[in-house]
Amino acid sequence: MKISTLRRHVREGAKNLIRNSWMTVAAVGAVTTTLVLVAAFLILILNLNQVAENIESDAEIRAFLELNTNDEEVESIGNEIEGISQVTSYEFSSKEEELENLIDDLGEEGESWELFEQDNPLNHVFVIQTEDAEDLSPVADQIGQIDKVESVEYGSATVDRLLQFNQYARYIGIGFIAALLLTAIFLISNTIKMTINARSEEIGIMRLVGAKNSFIRGPFFVEGLLTGVIGSIIPVTAVLVGYHFLYVNLNDRLNFEFIELLPWNPFAWQLSLMLLGIGAFIGIWGSVMSVRKFLRI
Amino acid sequence: MIEMENVHKVYDNGVTALSGVTTKIEDGEFVYVVGQSGAGKSSFIKLMYHEEVPSDGKVQINHVDIGSIKKRQVPYLRRSIGVIYQDFKLLPKMTAYENVAFALEVIEENPRKIRRRVMEVLDKVGLKHKARFIPAQLSGGEQQRVAIARAIVNNPKVVIADEPTGNLDPDTSWEIMRIFEEVNDTGTTVIMATHSREIVNTIRKRVIAMENGQVVRDEHRGEYGYED
Repeated sequence: MKISTLRRHVREGAKNLIRNSWMTVAAVGAVTTTLVLVAAFLILILNLNQVAENIESDAEIRAFLELNTNDEEVESIGNEIEGISQVTSYEFSSKEEELENLIDDLGEEGESWELFEQDNPLNHVFVIQTEDAEDLSPVADQIGQIDKVESVEYGSATVDRLLQFNQYARYIGIGFIAALLLTAIFLISNTIKMTINARSEEIGIMRLVGAKNSFIRGPFFVEGLLTGVIGSIIPVTAVLVGYHFLYVNLNDRLNFEFIELLPWNPFAWQLSLMLLGIGAFIGIWGSVMSVRKFLRI
Repeated sequence: MIEMENVHKVYDNGVTALSGVTTKIEDGEFVYVVGQSGAGKSSFIKLMYHEEVPSDGKVQINHVDIGSIKKRQVPYLRRSIGVIYQDFKLLPKMTAYENVAFALEVIEENPRKIRRRVMEVLDKVGLKHKARFIPAQLSGGEQQRVAIARAIVNNPKVVIADEPTGNLDPDTSWEIMRIFEEVNDTGTTVIMATHSREIVNTIRKRVIAMENGQVVRDEHRGEYGYED
């Protein structure tokens, strides 16, 4: 495409936006509304995702050995655990170490537990990490079968439920975003279609004098792009300002180890760029779709 | 050269517009297509610039079968043909200059060349002084001259006119015909569908007469030959 043609497309596209100002307002409004909702969902989903990842990476199995297990047996159990393919790492913690940890964790209260140093009621423990959180349950079952393993623990109920919830939230969120985008494209396309009858004559003459379809589409492409970019101004500003506010105010209150919001920088910037991209995409798609009917034959 | 070979055209609604048209138009000819309304003149003309495709038979322009060319090649075909309508089909918001320049812009002609060429053609049709007027400020004859300028601005081999004088008074019609003759003198083929007995009988050219979708008469320096 020649530079003069590109300049013409930009000029015509911009002119059409200005000439049909009420249509522009409607189309830009559709993009803005969509992007604000999409942004809200993305913030929610991506943060949930982050939480899930934290939980997944923290997830571990604790296998308690029977009290009378001797060192040889400990070694052979260790070998068996190593043989399970999903296990990424494991660590042995003797009952003496366990007691020390317990006393440390409990602080002052823990001192009373020091009495037990003579007659330690705790078990030897293997702490096992798996690659995926989904592997926790089958691996735990498998370890539970090993001789001399008294019981296995992996916080199953909580983790399972959290992961499940997160999975659903992801699906629902993605479905919702897809529906939103389709609606926006449809809205934009219909809005631009309302003004196209006035332009159909021009398109007809273009075709008559030998314009290629790509040439006819040119200004519509520019129009869609501008609609998308203008429509993303408010959502992008809202994300940059709003997420900062959210991050500063909420992160301190959510003072759990595994719940931590994604940091404002770079997340807010990445999200803004993404919104700009989505805005441009739905703008262009909607606009080019509206002219499709005239380009058949 | 335009050749039609046993061309049939049946529209989707079942109306038969052409049934077995065979004819040949050489480069540089001036041809009138005459016939009563519904005789098939418009379909005959529309086939030549690919506004319609034949249901059966062959339409060839310079040995290219235009019934079977691909969709994306149609723009290139159109660039070699200038079309003129009874109702001018000018863009109302554009000036005469812009309307003519439009035809060159869409084929991505160099801007400097566009300026030169548009003024040249407007001069040819005698409207250089009205280049900045929009269609509403021009008379019917002037609008048709702008349309002719647009049709010939990229030097097409063939100019097709569908009743170009249909909306014009007799004096203006003669002006338009003079321009067509000039266009024809430079070697451009001119094909013109018309209802004007006076024009056909005065400016004698080849006449193709149609009736019920068939060519019933084809003679050089022919007459209109119908009762009005």
